[in-house]
Amino acid sequence: MRFELSPEHEDFRKSVREFAEAEIAPYAAGWDREHHFPVETVQQMGKLGLFGLTAPEEYGGAGEDGDFTSLCVAIEEIGRVDQSMGITLEAAVGLGINPLLTYGTDDQKRTWLPDLVAGTSLAGFGLTEPGSGSDAGATRTKADLIDGEWVINGNKQFITNSGSAITSLVTVTARTGARDDGRPEISTLIVPTGTPGFVAEKAYDKLGWHASDTHPLTLQDVRVPEANLLGERGKGFAQFLATLDDGRIAIAALAVGCIQACLELSVQYAGERTTFGVPIGRKQGVAFQIADLKVMVEAARALTYRAAALKDSGASATVLREAAAVAKLYATESAVTATRIATQVFGGYGFMEEYPVSRFYRDAKVLEIGEGTSEVQRMLIARSLGLPVE
Amino acid sequence: MKIVCCVKYVPDATADRKFAADHTVDRVGVDGVLSELDEYAVEEALQIREGADDCEIIVVTVGPEPARAAILKSLQMGADAGVHVVDEAIHGSDAVGTSLVLAKAVERQQADLVLCGMASTDGSMSVVPAMLAERLGLAQLTFGTEVAVDGTTVRVRRDDDAASEIIEATLPVLISVTDQANEPRYPSFKGIMAAKKKPVQTLTLADLGIDSSEVGTEAAWTKVEEMRARPPRSAGTIVAADDGAGAERLVEFLASQKFI
Repeated sequence: MRFELSPEHEDFRKSVREFAEAEIAPYAAGWDREHHFPVETVQQMGKLGLFGLTAPEEYGGAGEDGDFTSLCVAIEEIGRVDQSMGITLEAAVGLGINPLLTYGTDDQKRTWLPDLVAGTSLAGFGLTEPGSGSDAGATRTKADLIDGEWVINGNKQFITNSGSAITSLVTVTARTGARDDGRPEISTLIVPTGTPGFVAEKAYDKLGWHASDTHPLTLQDVRVPEANLLGERGKGFAQFLATLDDGRIAIAALAVGCIQACLELSVQYAGERTTFGVPIGRKQGVAFQIADLKVMVEAARALTYRAAALKDSGASATVLREAAAVAKLYATESAVTATRIATQVFGGYGFMEEYPVSRFYRDAKVLEIGEGTSEVQRMLIARSLGLPVE
Repeated sequence: MKIVCCVKYVPDATADRKFAADHTVDRVGVDGVLSELDEYAVEEALQIREGADDCEIIVVTVGPEPARAAILKSLQMGADAGVHVVDEAIHGSDAVGTSLVLAKAVERQQADLVLCGMASTDGSMSVVPAMLAERLGLAQLTFGTEVAVDGTTVRVRRDDDAASEIIEATLPVLISVTDQANEPRYPSFKGIMAAKKKPVQTLTLADLGIDSSEVGTEAAWTKVEEMRARPPRSAGTIVAADDGAGAERLVEFLASQKFI
């Protein structure tokens, strides 16, 4: 029995790596410094087919040939040179395309997917609110059905790919009524970006992911047709839970790319930098820490691609949820540790922006927070073990 | 239209180059890739196909077993089928021998257009396209930086230091393109999966009707007598600048080396 990617996945890794090293790596530090979202690069990623790896051929995707594993390969390799472009891809597919593919009507898919799959447009996923993050059930945004139109009011927060020059829509969760048990009924609505009342506010000033497009959203009397309901009315909560399970595996892949970068940068630097007349890699204090990076990247990669393989083989939601939580928790916490180690290996230079380790150090922290915090992952794992955790 | 693209499998330029005992490049024991300069030929073929109604692209390579990877990469980029000429007797062939094998393999395809890279990234001879055109009796438009196919007319731009010229010929022709001709695409996952199903024909010298005495080390017109690894980089010269005359000394140094 062998655990390895197929030769085709490995060839694809080479292809994406070549692309990332030529088209992204030389510019990543500049985009980060300027907080610049490189639309043209996103469109080049589209030409390479990265946004269509899980989409059917009729919308321009890879069809039967594509799978979730290939998406993870792409996210890992892009993330290895630039976490901002890695999250852009992850969010575009996992949060933008995936809900439309899974819950959209034929009409909705035909309208939105071809451009999203081609990478000529992007979609955001409006779930988080100022008062509702992990507690997504506390959604306050409201949508009332009036004269055949949904009238939406509320605020969304930390929404990736929601305000770029090529963003075409944001899917928004909103309360559309009350359930019999008194809890709010949550539904998902498609909001095209040009709709009056929809405003992507000024982009955030973030600790990391500077080149990623992230905005707060204001929705004031936003009117969309009744047909813009995505999936079943009242099923919004179940829908985003499933969306997040897939997203967690993809975030784990992004973390693997981060650890891999830390490993390669550290090995190279420890062989070049000398102190007391010898390369610092001769010091056990340095070499052993880099050995730990190797263990982290191998373990995180194994957990991530196991979860991706489960997704591709149609594992049950329960099995998948646990595997995704395990992979995300381990890979993202390891990524934060790995960036701390790599920065330490670089010493004072690690604190300077002229070396990429400092960028990875700033970028890693959010991996433990986005698409379910580490605490949420531990809760999911504990629950799947049958523990009565609250 | 039928396009034949000639490609070469070369040692990865970023890795250490090794040589076998007979002074030939070690192509088996090292990581190899599709010669980067041939990617431009494949891309040019793909772009010509995009503008044509009915067009097939066949990739031909000559080389040992691992050279199949060069065909595979071309198929992943989008070419339709491959031909791999593999025969131990070819080992050590020079450009003359290689062009003979290629000519026999290409001839069978009855191609309208033969595309080559401007040179290989390992041998860097640049002469195989011209030799191949000569053997096939085709018009040759070499070192093209822009290619336009209009019906049976082919126009190629050649740029040199003094001037740019446009040369025209009627199909069938052989074209070699430079790295200025286009931006080769990266294989997509769809392309990689599709390549698995594309046919690759393997041929020997006997299949091509070539006598083994016509190729290989013995038949080569040239012979590598001796080789040495490039000497390690020297420590360099440090120009002291603390007395304010550093710039002057730097200029003197550059002038003494005839850089300025």
